[in-house]
Amino acid sequence: MSEIEIPVLTTTVTKMVQWARRSSIWPVTFGLACCAIEMMAMSTSRYDIARFGAEVFRGSPRQSDLMIVAGRLSRKMAPVLRRIYDQMPEPKYVISMGACASIGGVFDNYALVQGVDQIVPVDVFVPGCPPRPESLIYGIIQLQRKIDQQKLTELSSESSRVPKPLIING
Amino acid sequence: MTNHEIIEALRGSVPEGAVEPYTAADGMPAIYVAREHLTEVGYALRDLPALQFAIALDVTGVDFLPREPRFEVVFHLASLGVPGFGDTPKRLRMKVKVPGDDPRLPTVSGVWKSMNWGEREVYDLFGIQFDGHPDLRRILMPDDWEGYPARKDYPVQIKMTPKVYEPLQLTPEQFAANLRANRDRVREG
Repeated sequence: MSEIEIPVLTTTVTKMVQWARRSSIWPVTFGLACCAIEMMAMSTSRYDIARFGAEVFRGSPRQSDLMIVAGRLSRKMAPVLRRIYDQMPEPKYVISMGACASIGGVFDNYALVQGVDQIVPVDVFVPGCPPRPESLIYGIIQLQRKIDQQKLTELSSESSRVPKPLIING
Repeated sequence: MTNHEIIEALRGSVPEGAVEPYTAADGMPAIYVAREHLTEVGYALRDLPALQFAIALDVTGVDFLPREPRFEVVFHLASLGVPGFGDTPKRLRMKVKVPGDDPRLPTVSGVWKSMNWGEREVYDLFGIQFDGHPDLRRILMPDDWEGYPARKDYPVQIKMTPKVYEPLQLTPEQFAANLRANRDRVREG
């Protein structure tokens, strides 16, 4: 029997875990308003978020890593959003998509929450009204970069829950 | 059918002075109804063979803040003009004046069932009570909301902390009672 060459790749556990986690960000199926249309467009074949491993919109928050808050959040909906966030397993991330979710947008009134960071910790804010699917994909890439910088030892600590907002431009 | 013809058809079925004509800017037949006679006018409009307004399309409130009476509640009615539902297709705007210090009027949800949720919306946003309504509670705003947002003296850009947590847990007894109440409501309705 001849000698067989076995391909071997050396790496660290941390890098392996970071790669695995950033390459399979599964968002929860949760759309609030017109931004959700752009979010759905992002997952279609034209924009194809499957290239980044995030195409599986899960129907249950218990199987999701990411919540994309797509649209304006009414005060009546706020406890529901928080409940869905609490049902997601750690580690979990939140993208605030669009002007309304980020700061209330044009709806400066009694009915809407002026920024979902009052309800849940937000990792990435994506501006736009609504943002194009490319913008949201860029936001997900920024989230992947953020996950890449997370140390394995920090994952279960309290510090990973504290939001470190990252504002992307364009 | 003009509003004068509609009032002529109502004559004898409703008390004197319960209905008066009113010229709407858009030319739609329009009447004012005295609020203490609203329910019987509603039944007459629905059931008289010449009228048969079988459908209540919507109900809204209007707040004329400095004026008194402060509120008006506006109903839009339609008659289909098919056999059994009126001889000609027609529409009617029915307005009720409601004073600001006593914002209440009798319900017409017994006349037109579609007005059940419509009156709840008017109650939710204007704070106008509908006497005799079977289930008068908020429909759009959260149940524990304070104030009536569509009133003109309501602070629109109100700033307050959003509520994050809402207890949903029920005891098994409460859960069973809710199921039973819903089932009874469906059977009765």
